[in-house]
Amino acid sequence: MSIRVINEKCVGCKLCVKACPFTAIEIVNKKAVINLDKCTLCGACIEPCKFDAIVLTKISPTDIQFPKKFDEYKDVWVFCEQKKGVVQSVAYELLGKGRELADTLGVDLCGVLLGENIREEAQKIIHRGVNKVYLVDSSALKYYQDEPYSKVLIKLINEYKPEIVLCGATSMGRSLIARVAIGIHAGLTADCTGLDIDKKERLLLQTRPAFGGNIMATIICPNHRPQMSTVRHKVMKEAQENKHHKGKIIEKSYDSQTYSSRTKFLDIVEEIEETVNLTEANVIVSGGRGMQSPENFKLLEDLAKALGGAVGASRAAVDSGWKTYSHQVGQTGKTVCPKIYIACGISGQIQHLVGMQSSEIIVAINKDPHAPIFSVATYGIVGNLFEVLPELTKRFK
Amino acid sequence: MNIIVCIKQVPDTTNVRIDPETNTLVRSGVQSIVNPFDMYAIEEAVRLKEKFGGLVTVITMGPIQAEEALREAISLGADEAVLVSDRAFAGSDTWATSYTLSKAVQKIGKFDLVICGKQAIDGDTAQVGPGVAAFLDIPQITFVKKIEEIKDSFIRAERMTEEGYDIIESPLPCLITVVKEINEPRLPSLKGKMRAKKIEIKKLEAKDLDADPDSLGLKGSPTKVVKIFTPPPRKGGQMLEGEAKDISERLVDLLKGDLCL
Repeated sequence: MSIRVINEKCVGCKLCVKACPFTAIEIVNKKAVINLDKCTLCGACIEPCKFDAIVLTKISPTDIQFPKKFDEYKDVWVFCEQKKGVVQSVAYELLGKGRELADTLGVDLCGVLLGENIREEAQKIIHRGVNKVYLVDSSALKYYQDEPYSKVLIKLINEYKPEIVLCGATSMGRSLIARVAIGIHAGLTADCTGLDIDKKERLLLQTRPAFGGNIMATIICPNHRPQMSTVRHKVMKEAQENKHHKGKIIEKSYDSQTYSSRTKFLDIVEEIEETVNLTEANVIVSGGRGMQSPENFKLLEDLAKALGGAVGASRAAVDSGWKTYSHQVGQTGKTVCPKIYIACGISGQIQHLVGMQSSEIIVAINKDPHAPIFSVATYGIVGNLFEVLPELTKRFK
Repeated sequence: MNIIVCIKQVPDTTNVRIDPETNTLVRSGVQSIVNPFDMYAIEEAVRLKEKFGGLVTVITMGPIQAEEALREAISLGADEAVLVSDRAFAGSDTWATSYTLSKAVQKIGKFDLVICGKQAIDGDTAQVGPGVAAFLDIPQITFVKKIEEIKDSFIRAERMTEEGYDIIESPLPCLITVVKEINEPRLPSLKGKMRAKKIEIKKLEAKDLDADPDSLGLKGSPTKVVKIFTPPPRKGGQMLEGEAKDISERLVDLLKGDLCL
């Protein structure tokens, strides 16, 4: 991996100097010079250069040692997250994508299910088109705990050697898979929004947003197996249910050492204020500073209720104490991807946009016609939200 | 109580704006800041130190200018700072970063708690915290929104989930990653700023870490970036104008059409 300036092309215009977030570029004798001690190879200077004078070679041929053979690794695995004994919808989305990948590679699609008394759920996973389910049923796995879950998953992977492991980028998935990847020295790509296969090299092409979605990166894992990704909720389409589909359940159990945990799980506390959680919701009605007071969020709750959705909030609204942090959408809150996102009185600062701009349809209601939120809105309404919201609620009821 | 806080220097996106014509991020003049989530990690560590005594050591892995982030942490009440910096670390993915940081933590020595922000706002992976815990072979509690109790031998904390939170107890030493809700970071004190200016920042290079050279930097990173591209910008759509009643009616029709209801 390297970066260099092509002196013949560089005109010393300084655009790259301005673009560098790490002050790593200087102009010396009218040519850009990159200070490699400061440069992080982030690539921010590439696009601003109008003369294609900076070249970032992310991979030099010596970096990849093809062909390392991984013949013993096959199959695509989906870690099927369950809560309270119910497989979460994100797992079904991954099974949808997993089927595509497995078919392209000509291998089996397998589900992995850990929990207590979950045999029926294993059957449900089979109905979503998997060939096998690896089932580990133990009271030690009833609730998610980092250590027993990661130890069990590591043992399964070491024994059955999948070439790809997918997992939801949920709070559970992100905690678990990062630990597993270290334990087996596998490559892990977080929060993918696109997955594809390079058929020739049997490589998983993992595409993910960085810098809050302003840059996309495609990542591979050439020399390690399995190739592991966590995948965003609501991005992939769920696998269809087919009650006649047949598959095998392979049940495994392990010794008490594997199930042991240094941490103790004491309690689950559900905040039942709103029953629908933001990352699961198909419709989110969000409010910002323009809501003016916590009482006015009632208008959003009414509309959300009429649409069967959840209520979100901008950072401004959360910092003002109008809504709790669990409602916050954006860079320091949650990233959401509902079918419909209705932004009310939210100006649309970049930190908010990165948390919601992949929503399918965005409706923005704001009294300021120049609010940046309108630049991403499918439908923009310049107007008084206190008049518009009740009208909308009435019509959706 | 000895606490190690892992922080990262990231580009500050608060001043970033979107170019209205190209709809892409305007990055010129972007300053570097301490990753916002790490500010909560620093604050929590300093609060624990104020209550129980001990030492807060803040470490970062990055290019030499990441020293500024460490000085900011000192101004906020951290006691010592360690910069883990070497050309050999360049191109590290989360695996190699976790490895390098865990080696640096071991080098610093005895600790009761490691605190990280839940994720960095540039990469958004949330993988390095659990990765460091795995390399150190210590338990972890991720996405902590509140420490309910902490004593010499254990910590009980609330782990934020999609539906609410779990209450988890762990023996010490342990690693936690924290979310915004855990506290409200203070501003730097004058005394802190003075200390930050003067303090000598300890440097750790690859050769200081007792690390396997093949596990560092790009070489030690299982994942490789093969392509970086700017996604097609999302375009603004249709503006609806008129009386609230008419607008609502049209919007409902449009949405119904889009969703084929």
